[in-house]
Amino acid sequence: MAIHRHDNHKSANGFMEWMDARMPVTKVWNEHLAEYIAPKNFNFWYYFGSLAILVLVIQLVTGIFLTMHYKPDAALAFASVEYIMRDVPYGWLVRYMHSTGASAFFVVVYLHMFRGVIYGSHREPREMVWLIGCVIFVALMAEAFMGYLLPWGNMSYWGAQVIISLFDVIPFVGPALTEWIRGDFVISDATLNRFFAFHVILLPLILVALVFLHLVALHHVGSNNPDGIDIYDELDEDGKPKDGIPFHPYYTVKDLVGVCGFLILYMGVIFFFPDFGGIFLEKDNFAPANPLQTPPDIVPLWYFTPFYSILRASTTTLLTFFAYSSVVIGIAAALFTKFKAPIRIGFVAAGVIAAIVFLNSSGKAWGVILMAAAIVCFFLLPWLDRSPVKSIRYRSLPFKIALAIFILAFFILGYLGMNAPTPIKTLLAQVCTCIYFAFFVLMPWFTSIGKTKPLPTRVTMKEEH
Amino acid sequence: MAENHVSDASVQIADEKSVEDIKRRRFITGLTAGFGAVGGAVAVTPFVLSMSPSERAKNAGAPVQYDYSKIQNGQMVKVEWRGKPVVLLKRTPEMMEGLNIISDELADVGSEASIQPDYAKNDTRSDPAKPDLLVMEGVCTHLGCSPVEKLAIGPDPQMGDDSQGGFFCPCHGSKFDLAGRVYKNVPATTNMPVPPFKFVDNLIVIGEDDGRA
Repeated sequence: MAIHRHDNHKSANGFMEWMDARMPVTKVWNEHLAEYIAPKNFNFWYYFGSLAILVLVIQLVTGIFLTMHYKPDAALAFASVEYIMRDVPYGWLVRYMHSTGASAFFVVVYLHMFRGVIYGSHREPREMVWLIGCVIFVALMAEAFMGYLLPWGNMSYWGAQVIISLFDVIPFVGPALTEWIRGDFVISDATLNRFFAFHVILLPLILVALVFLHLVALHHVGSNNPDGIDIYDELDEDGKPKDGIPFHPYYTVKDLVGVCGFLILYMGVIFFFPDFGGIFLEKDNFAPANPLQTPPDIVPLWYFTPFYSILRASTTTLLTFFAYSSVVIGIAAALFTKFKAPIRIGFVAAGVIAAIVFLNSSGKAWGVILMAAAIVCFFLLPWLDRSPVKSIRYRSLPFKIALAIFILAFFILGYLGMNAPTPIKTLLAQVCTCIYFAFFVLMPWFTSIGKTKPLPTRVTMKEEH
Repeated sequence: MAENHVSDASVQIADEKSVEDIKRRRFITGLTAGFGAVGGAVAVTPFVLSMSPSERAKNAGAPVQYDYSKIQNGQMVKVEWRGKPVVLLKRTPEMMEGLNIISDELADVGSEASIQPDYAKNDTRSDPAKPDLLVMEGVCTHLGCSPVEKLAIGPDPQMGDDSQGGFFCPCHGSKFDLAGRVYKNVPATTNMPVPPFKFVDNLIVIGEDDGRA
């Protein structure tokens, strides 16, 4: 018998008693909301988790209503979107909520990830929370990319063309794989139809399941906080954290304030700047897909541009630089580490081999590898970060400087990805690509040097009682 | 707890069974699971294959024809073949001379690493019978964008100051000359492909060459 007779969650009334004997409603409510203890010092940065769930719900709901009028057919798709915009009652509102929601999703998720990095939420024991979050990020990128093909505008078409062609560089199976993904020799009706299926069924299911797992893992280890210390180190006489408060009602109410602030901005965009100056809805996508005419400046939507910049920064110049620097890093590793002689010689050999590989391979393949590596780097963060403290409040200066440079490089890459390539801009993108990877490669070093500040025993807040 | 009862019972059963029985049981369990996995893989196959190009998509790849006598000197037209833009460019004598001027700046001058029929594997990448007519898939070998034609000879913001005309890919800045040959140090590394083609009277047939060499 699977009934948990020893649960001491008190049912509110007779009906709930009947229910709780059959389904653990009160237990789940208490464990995840009313009695889920969260640190009391959550600040502004902690809005973005609940906001991400809000945007997910908005996307699911508006998506359902869009599918009632949208036609996933290469001959009809573009016109059906225009039909939603012009003839369907409030269709424009539902569609703008969905298109703005996509960008809002990435704004919220990028800020949520940044919060994790500055307060050390990716560190032990929350590695699984972070890893599942990274998978959510990848799934979200796939969801956004496939959704972007559906209006069948010219930028939709060519964006999909570029991204699907990335798989061409995989040795041996690449061309067959791209044909299988497209379902045709070119992007066509078959591609549109299957992207629709993935966008409205497969990926939403995966996203919801991953968000569920993200919360399961989070509630198992408990929330981090802006001080990066464990509130379970300081318990009161009942064995509860002195600095903890129940998530409900304290943080549900606090998050509602965040929701209000978010909705003001979100609705402001929907009503007054729905295309956000061509950033949320690109100009070239107001023309139907044309396989014979590439748009003059083909760019993905803003949330992909940092990675897109890395992709196109990969030319012979970058590979030559990588080749020389791998030799330098190999020699430096041999000179300044304390390993045995054969291992040190191995470092130099590895550097030389890497240099030979870089000099003799094509920029095209490396562009794809680097773009993928740029995302994989996030997965490795919990193990690259060696700082004795979690929160930026107590971290050493080298980490703060490195993070600031990285964020700057990330923004510059994002900006460059939105613009047509010129020799100067390509060079700048190459410099920023090097900074991007240097941040992750050098992280074990710069997080372990410098003087960290002493940790408090209790969480700190602006107004102490 | 219910789970404890189950595990106690299994321990007891295990005690009574001989080692031989446990080995047998493991073998049978493994075999069953293995067959289950094979069955699962077989069940997945039709779903995976259903995503391959359909018969209709395969049939749509038939050859196309174009009356090339209509193309003027220095004029370029695009013909759609298998959903891809095929460039037909009748090059002027100046354009043909330009091909030799910039050959030092090209990554694959001899088209060794590039895709073309043998009859187009030459400096002009065209049929020796009609060397001035370039027949080429206007598809960037980097990521499949359609490069923009820059037919004028002379300085160009994208092609550079000493441009002899060419193609510029707006996606990632790859540059090609008027024979579709790729420049050095750009994202693309091979020349734009030349499809199989043949001439029948005034017509060029793209996608079919009767296996000529």
